[in-house]
Amino acid sequence: MANIRYAKDNFELGENQSVLDCLTDRGVPVPFSCRSGVCQTCLMRATGGTKPPEASQQGLKDTLKLQNYFLACVCHPDTDLEVALPDDDDIQAVIPATVKSLKLLNSEIMYVALECHAPIDYRAGQFINLFQDQSVGRSYSLASVPHEDDHLHLHVRRLPQGRVSGWIHEELRPGQTVQIRGPGGDCFYTPGNAEQGLVLIGTGSGLAPLYGIIRDAFSQGHTGPIRLFHGSRDQNGLYLTGELRDLVRQYPNFDYIPCLSGGDVAHHFAAGRVHDVAFRHIPNLKNWRVFLCGHPEMVKTAKRNAFMAGASMKDIYADAFNVSQSST
Amino acid sequence: MSQQESLYEKLGGEAAVNAAVDIFYRKVLSDDRISSFFEGVNMETQAAKQKSFLTMAFGGPHNYSGLDMRRGHAHLVERGLNDSHVDAVIEDLGATLRELGVKEELIAQVAAIAESTRNDVLNR
Repeated sequence: MANIRYAKDNFELGENQSVLDCLTDRGVPVPFSCRSGVCQTCLMRATGGTKPPEASQQGLKDTLKLQNYFLACVCHPDTDLEVALPDDDDIQAVIPATVKSLKLLNSEIMYVALECHAPIDYRAGQFINLFQDQSVGRSYSLASVPHEDDHLHLHVRRLPQGRVSGWIHEELRPGQTVQIRGPGGDCFYTPGNAEQGLVLIGTGSGLAPLYGIIRDAFSQGHTGPIRLFHGSRDQNGLYLTGELRDLVRQYPNFDYIPCLSGGDVAHHFAAGRVHDVAFRHIPNLKNWRVFLCGHPEMVKTAKRNAFMAGASMKDIYADAFNVSQSST
Repeated sequence: MSQQESLYEKLGGEAAVNAAVDIFYRKVLSDDRISSFFEGVNMETQAAKQKSFLTMAFGGPHNYSGLDMRRGHAHLVERGLNDSHVDAVIEDLGATLRELGVKEELIAQVAAIAESTRNDVLNR
């Protein structure tokens, strides 16, 4: 008989019993609704190296499947399973990392390279939490690609009165050790369907995950068109423009369209808000995979517009950069 | 044998639900009569709910009770959800199936299942 391990408790799974019934019978507050593997309310995650049965992952997004998420109501494992709810924070341990380098990418965005003291299994485009002290941490997306880059790369935008970003910009020094936890998030490239078109739309430091996702897609042999739209108010807000133009020369299927929403748009830049420009370029998004990162309002609007323009919901990956309420 | 096939099988089962869900959700979002009820909701969560609804309306496997329907829509009834909105949803559902080339006879059966939830949805 299989055992279900949840938060240090072991429960024996009854015959024909689902993981959901097993846990709720014992008082574990797993939310649920349809109880037939459709509504995804009872989403859980297998941890500790255990894998959920394939049948319990049906209908989930690829990015969730790869992270061992499953639906508890249709999960009937034959072997032991260690499980957690998506909100269980302590799934991951805090690990120390050494700051290897710091470099301003433009007037407000700092590139931070971190060397982890223990290996971290992540995908480009996911995020980690970086802690200033035990109680104060912020999420930053990963621009680095595992197996390609030795270190974790972050792009930290300095927020007005931002507590952690201010600390990173002003006080952090190479050689210092910081605490991180992660990775998290499901905005990343998944292999398969290599000929599908990818459209990536980002504002500000939302370029970080997109830069990682694009290079990850190249390293995994993506052959379909890849279109990156990066937006800012003026030219000072853009960055990595040289690196991105190099990628355009290197990969014929890649195009980079920097967009400026303020006035005075010089040659080589598209005029307008980044998502408006993107949807003008590609009015029909049927069969495209869409990645949206950065300003929450942009992400929200673009998500809806991308869906209405024909992108399937399962093909839309989004990461809204919400500013912490306690950042001031 | 085809007489013994269930409505869900005739429509094409889970593959049919997957084909319908995006089309249906787009229709609902662009339907001025009901779109305001969907403002500010998480689109992914909502798409999963639409899928559950379609599975049920297609005669597929589900475990929803009348009580679940009441609980799930109570906050919308408070915001003024009424018969005209249920009419709109059933219309959008029919239009979705027509777009997918489903026969009128089957569309009527799907509409009847959706119709059977009306009183629970409206908390009557």
